[in-house]
Amino acid sequence: MFGSAKKQGPTKNRRADLSELTELQVWITSPDSECDGYPALTSDESYELSVDQPVAVLKAPKVWGALHGLETFSQLLYEDEFGAKNINSTMISDFPRFPHRGILLDSSRHFLPIKVILANLETMAWNKFNVFHWHIVDDQSFPYLSRTFPQLSQQGAYHPYTHVYTPADVKMVIEFARLRGIRVVPEFDTPGHTQSWGKGQKDLLTPCYTGSKPSGTFGPVNPILNTTYDFMTQFFKEISTVFPDGYVHLGGDEVDFTCWKSNPDIQKFMEQQGFGQDYKKLESFYIQKLLDIVTTTKKGYTIWQEVFDNGVKLKPDTIIHVWKGNKQQYQNEMANVTSSGYNTLLSTPWYLNRISYGQDWQGVYRADPQDFEGTEDQKKLVIGGEACLWGEYVDATNLTPRLWPRASAVAERLWSSKDVTDIDDAFNRLSVHRCRMVARGIPAEPLFSSFCPREYKGI
Amino acid sequence: MFIPAYSHSGRHVRPNYNVLLLIILQFVPRTVEGVWPLPQTFTSSTERYPLNPQAFYFGYGSQSAVREGCSVLDAAFTRYFSLIFPANGILRFNQAGPFTVEVSVGHDDCEGYPGEDSSEKYSLSVSAGHASLKAETVWGALRGLETFSQLVYQDDSGSYFVNKTEIEDFPRFQFRGILLDTSRHYLPVQAILKTLDAMAYSKFNVFHWHIVDDPSFPYQSWTFPDLSSKGAFHPVTHIYTQSDVRRVISHARMRGIRVLPEFDSPGHTASWGKGQSNLLTPCYKGSTPTGTFGPVNPALPSTYHFMMKLFKEVSSVFPDSYIHLGGDEVNFSCWKSNPDVRAFMHKMGFGVDFTKLEAFYMESIVNITSALNKTSIVWQDVFDYHERRRFLSVVEVWKAGCYLCEVRKVAKAGLRIILAAPWYLDQPGPTHNWARYYTVWPLAFKGTEEQKKLVIGGEVCMWGEYVDATNLSPRLWPRASAAAERLWSDEKQTSSVEKASPRLMDFRCKLLRRGIQAEPLDVGHCQHEYQGI
Repeated sequence: MFGSAKKQGPTKNRRADLSELTELQVWITSPDSECDGYPALTSDESYELSVDQPVAVLKAPKVWGALHGLETFSQLLYEDEFGAKNINSTMISDFPRFPHRGILLDSSRHFLPIKVILANLETMAWNKFNVFHWHIVDDQSFPYLSRTFPQLSQQGAYHPYTHVYTPADVKMVIEFARLRGIRVVPEFDTPGHTQSWGKGQKDLLTPCYTGSKPSGTFGPVNPILNTTYDFMTQFFKEISTVFPDGYVHLGGDEVDFTCWKSNPDIQKFMEQQGFGQDYKKLESFYIQKLLDIVTTTKKGYTIWQEVFDNGVKLKPDTIIHVWKGNKQQYQNEMANVTSSGYNTLLSTPWYLNRISYGQDWQGVYRADPQDFEGTEDQKKLVIGGEACLWGEYVDATNLTPRLWPRASAVAERLWSSKDVTDIDDAFNRLSVHRCRMVARGIPAEPLFSSFCPREYKGI
Repeated sequence: MFIPAYSHSGRHVRPNYNVLLLIILQFVPRTVEGVWPLPQTFTSSTERYPLNPQAFYFGYGSQSAVREGCSVLDAAFTRYFSLIFPANGILRFNQAGPFTVEVSVGHDDCEGYPGEDSSEKYSLSVSAGHASLKAETVWGALRGLETFSQLVYQDDSGSYFVNKTEIEDFPRFQFRGILLDTSRHYLPVQAILKTLDAMAYSKFNVFHWHIVDDPSFPYQSWTFPDLSSKGAFHPVTHIYTQSDVRRVISHARMRGIRVLPEFDSPGHTASWGKGQSNLLTPCYKGSTPTGTFGPVNPALPSTYHFMMKLFKEVSSVFPDSYIHLGGDEVNFSCWKSNPDVRAFMHKMGFGVDFTKLEAFYMESIVNITSALNKTSIVWQDVFDYHERRRFLSVVEVWKAGCYLCEVRKVAKAGLRIILAAPWYLDQPGPTHNWARYYTVWPLAFKGTEEQKKLVIGGEVCMWGEYVDATNLSPRLWPRASAAAERLWSDEKQTSSVEKASPRLMDFRCKLLRRGIQAEPLDVGHCQHEYQGI
């Protein structure tokens, strides 16, 4: 809050000016503060802040609300023309519109050193984001060091020592996030997006065939082998202990059926099961078994929309993550998913890896997850959304300016009231907020020609 | 032969494959392809020599016109030592013998500045225990040192090697620039200096400093101090003092980079009017001033008195023989609305053709800078609008569309050309477009040999509307390096995007190792990732 202000020397002897604010009292008002626990989807994040003399009072039922209140308080401070810190008398009663407000980072297409992950968790807290969706592994690399299957990263990471997340690294991320009221939801995306898994786990992936001979390449996870499900059971058992959040993201997107189709053993299996030529049924078969496995680990799960679109039988408490299509298409999808009674997350308009010239934060800001044709009950099923920063062209060299301040536009859409939509006002406030992030040491890129009183010093 | 552990598709080699790969790779010359931009001619062999940081020396050849005490090369030796043997490299017991890089320079131009005609030619010969670097000027020697630094590599155990190599190299184009815009956003001096460092790694040799524009005037002029005290975003924190400017010029000179200042007028001058009242044209609605201002007022003698004094100062502050006068995107509506300007038009016999007024203004400014012995560069608008072009020297082509059509026109008129149009890197996406900057053919227009010679080079433009120190580096690098190779190397040898791709990815990892925040080109990894945020 006070940035680079040096300590003024012994303050004990100074008599407080009557108009000085000397104390911010924080009251946790419910018997269980949840201080030693983890934030959850159902956590109470509300708070009340009253700035008055001589003390300001922050009241929140849980620590999570208190954290948000502290951030708000820090943003109320401003400097007058002499550089002195001031705060106005203020009354705030606040709570988030949506309980799930997330950021997805992809540490498979490019390895992300821990430092940049932590710096962005810190920035998320300043923006009241509360979910870090860690898309930790994918086709290109497997940096997650599994204690049950260490070969996965030994063989699958870009480098087995310098480009992995050790158990200590993962613990650090989870605790750093927890202290900021942020949940860490890991994604282990299957059956597609798993090329790197096959390097350390033979027989996990489907061998593709050209004619009657194996081609040497591999496709999605092999859904017909018992060993696959033995592996998944052990793997997700570990995941459920390493990641304390109540949910895991199981992926399920973009499954290419070509390799399955080419494999004679799978063809035989399809016949035996009576699936005909409908490989969506095979995908469904796999996903259902996977969901059952994960359920035994007592976790809830989120899946990408394809799993819903392909007619897989899902448990009623599944969260569907919408990411595809143009505006019309994703609005239709939101309507479909919610009319089937599922909780839903929206990401489509918030793919921040998509960049363009100009002030594209405005399009991001305007998108509203409840903007679709549906009943009130349907709209209640929208639990929030996530800004996604896919990693094909992103690593620590350009992650932070690409994410911020555009993600801040998503943050306001997910926290604030539905009718906060004035773009011009948002521009003014976001400009100030952007300069604040810069002053705090985060290279949030500019919105337009202008300046910050304290420019970025880091290079 | 080594397998670079940081190549984009490379994997950490498993021990049981080592021998097999070693045998295969004996036949694949990799090292000189690791040089970016690609030298004009090179041969290398797989014969390699170990290097010992404790026994590695730079020295001057006995025939060299330049010796110890040459500030540019003495500083370069220190700098390149650290680049060749990164401080965070593994320190190991090294039995390799001594290795000396002997530098011989033909002319002693050590205390001067690089200029439009400076030779950047060099030849480099690497053999056992000794490398011989010969150049006509210290600037050529700098280019050779950069190339040598890119020839040194480490094997998996961290030992340093350089292969037997013969290189003859010189740039295809003399003018290879990067434009930074410090008006739309102030860029701290550190950001500029870091950019100059990175420019040297890609052999860029001109820093085009678009220092002032509409939004702000950060240049602190001693003749007109109000220009920055009233026109900068902040009169203290967002200015370039004379000391800052000298620092930039000096840092550039040490890297063989020319600093080309641009004071763009008559448009793009809103910030000038804050500290210099009556410089800009008052706009009118009917017969009353609206309170807003337009371009510089070409109808007042005070304008030209001001410009004479300002450019006198600028000419003395910036030593390069070139100066950029801008002249782009002049909006005529304010001039049209002003009765005094209309009266001036009438007096001069321009009728209602405001391009004639602009021509008159630009010609007057060019006369001012010519009298100060500077060669003027203008944006293509000045050429496009005017019939009389004898007063022009160098035209910078920037407008999108058939830019080669424009280049052809300018060459036909006998004027020199700098090409910027294909290299507007302030456009960030889509990200995988470095190939767009690579597949530019600057001389692919109908013209005579003489006309083609008029294309003196090109420039990467990083306009600042959406760019400042938070995102400058990843937006510039490594995409600007694609343009660097187009401007330096032989076109026939560098026309394949497929062949260039792995080399540029390797080069990007080299930039990271050297502390340049160059963004990724595609999925993959570098052995040493960027550890900042």
